[in-house]
Amino acid sequence: MRPMRLVCASVVAGGLVLEPSAAHAQDNAQSIQQQIDQLRREFDALKQQYDQRLTALEAKLGGGPPPAAETPPPVAAAPAQPTAQVPPGAEGAGGPAGALPVYGGAAAASKIFNPDMAVIGDFLGAAGTNSVQPDPFALGSNHPFPLQMHESEASFQAVVDPYARADFFLSFGEEGVSVEEGYVTFTSLPGGLLTRVGRMRAAFGKVNSLHNHVLPWTDRPIVNYNLVGGEDGISDAGFSVARLIPNPWLFLEATGQVFRGDSGAEGSPLFQTTRRSELSYVGHLRAYQDITENSNIDLGASYSRGHNGLLFDSASPDLGSRVTQLYGVDATFRWRPLQRSIYHSFVGRTEWIWSRRDQEDGLQSGVGMYISGDYQFGRRWFVGARYDRSDRATDASLLDTGGSLILTYWPSEFSQIRGQYRRTNYALGSAADEFLFQFQFSIGAHGAHPF
Amino acid sequence: MKIAIRLAALAPAIVFAATAAFAQGKLNVVATTEDLASIGREVGGDRISIEAIARGYQDPHFVEAKPSFILKLMKAEVLIVVGKELEIGWLPPLIQQSRNSKIQVGADGYLDASLSARILEIPTGQITRAMGDVHPLGNPHYWLDPENGKRIAKDIADKFSQFRPNDRAYFEQRLADFTTRLDAAEKGWLAKMAPYKGTKVATYHRSFPNFAERFGLDIMGYVEPRPGIPPSPQHTLDLINEMKRQNVKIVLVEPYFDLKTPNAIGRDTGAIVLVMPPSVGGVKEVIDYFKLFDYDINLLVDAIRKTGAGK
Repeated sequence: MRPMRLVCASVVAGGLVLEPSAAHAQDNAQSIQQQIDQLRREFDALKQQYDQRLTALEAKLGGGPPPAAETPPPVAAAPAQPTAQVPPGAEGAGGPAGALPVYGGAAAASKIFNPDMAVIGDFLGAAGTNSVQPDPFALGSNHPFPLQMHESEASFQAVVDPYARADFFLSFGEEGVSVEEGYVTFTSLPGGLLTRVGRMRAAFGKVNSLHNHVLPWTDRPIVNYNLVGGEDGISDAGFSVARLIPNPWLFLEATGQVFRGDSGAEGSPLFQTTRRSELSYVGHLRAYQDITENSNIDLGASYSRGHNGLLFDSASPDLGSRVTQLYGVDATFRWRPLQRSIYHSFVGRTEWIWSRRDQEDGLQSGVGMYISGDYQFGRRWFVGARYDRSDRATDASLLDTGGSLILTYWPSEFSQIRGQYRRTNYALGSAADEFLFQFQFSIGAHGAHPF
Repeated sequence: MKIAIRLAALAPAIVFAATAAFAQGKLNVVATTEDLASIGREVGGDRISIEAIARGYQDPHFVEAKPSFILKLMKAEVLIVVGKELEIGWLPPLIQQSRNSKIQVGADGYLDASLSARILEIPTGQITRAMGDVHPLGNPHYWLDPENGKRIAKDIADKFSQFRPNDRAYFEQRLADFTTRLDAAEKGWLAKMAPYKGTKVATYHRSFPNFAERFGLDIMGYVEPRPGIPPSPQHTLDLINEMKRQNVKIVLVEPYFDLKTPNAIGRDTGAIVLVMPPSVGGVKEVIDYFKLFDYDINLLVDAIRKTGAGK
């Protein structure tokens, strides 16, 4: 009975297969014919171009006038393979004849393994007065630059081999070039480990890990300048290992990072080593959950520890330097209606950071935070607000506060114009009212950033 | 008798164990869109479990790379992508963070469904961003031609068979069945559209070139001045004038675009604005790949009859 059923099933299946196969064959033939036609057209176009070039060359050699219209070759038409003539005497007897291909000469072929490359320009400007912070975009810098080509970020990203990919982000600033990030990521390690090696922005909180061009503001919150090392933040050479913690409820990711121990702005470092063993560490726990298909919540807790370069005893440098510890929590709520996702969205976020810095005058315990909201009210338009409040790391009795209103316009996905009104009340000195503006533009293929 | 009773008592446990084993043997598949998931479901039947990332009513170019998708990809044995850079803005970081070596680009579990498909609008000449958010490898909305649907299904069946060689006959039988049913349905759709061949329409985005080619529509213009660029007043005016000149009576809009400009065009030209889903799940009724064409063809035919656009 069973074999009988099998035979019947085979006959039925065979019947089902035969009819579509015929249709398929016809379809394939049609497809091949179309491809041949396409090739023929491309070949004709190529032939025409070379005829024109040849005519132009002959006219040039002969001293005659060049042909009236020489059309530039279209990029998509594949360039002809460079060729060389078969050496005299080598022709015939089964050997090659005519033109030989020249391997390695095709410039286009060399692009195949090139990384994705992009450059993002970040032009910033400021109006208004600020006696405390002359440089509107870098705390501690005394350059009163009202207009800055603040950063040109060049990125190079590609797969290295079946096990890894590499990402480089070079930052060309007003005062030089630096490797903002440059790391290899091992994507296929056992145990679900995602490992990075190189220089990277640390996974401390939210803003620290963001590149300038993905910030929703022209600047960074005061707490990042006061407690987390300024614009560069915790960004250092080291290792990073992240692992998802399996559970039935939510996305939970733990990240551990070890760095050399040098981070922060020049002149006022967050972490600074005096010995090889003075490494810095970052730990981050991230929990994410979709609330609905349109909204989600992202929570994080961070810890960082490193040496701040202040020696315990200047007479005995071998004792090493003192320690700064940072604790942080962050929360992000996102809303984006799927069907109108390109027109409306809202992101609300806050970060709280505690700093415990050991100094000669004792332990300075400062705290800072920001809270912000950004609403997209059109395909190209965003409006946002941010409130800042932060003690200073070196003197926690000094409190800076501030607020910003932001309006952003996207001419396209690849450019952005932003205006920001910022009021800052400094603990020392008068309040500053400033209008900051930004023009950002991107060329090339810049890979998408993680969510 | 005792043995029989014992067997009867054990039967539920045996069935449960067998079911569990069977469930474990299901191929875990993730598709980036509901169209690919629908075709995958047709081919894979109950031997696979398949989930889509992007919903049919959202713009597949702009999907957020949410961490919840990483959890899906982490367990996937096969990932089916539309390709042609449709997902370039959100899929790479998801794949990278999935920690899943099987679905990395180029790995066995990574299936680019576009490789056998007929791709239209492959740009020739120099490509720049001045042309908008142009896809340098061709238009990625190729699944809107049932002939491409068959090619995608074939590739999917081959991929499933590669991972589950024991189920090859099952997948091939389901592929043959799907192809036969799609052939029959396509004949019906072509017959319905035949009287209206050459009907001129405007569309919001370049989502329908394969659909138009297969079913004989003539797309004469776009609401977007360039791909991915929102409509400007001048372009809208130009389109209105051109539609009036060519007596175009239908504007097709994908469900995720704002209707303000298309409605204004409709008011000015007397054209009907149709929200036409380019994907499975684009509207509630479109629950699979067959229903997608059923819905779109019926919508179009009704509108053409109503407006007399086909004359």
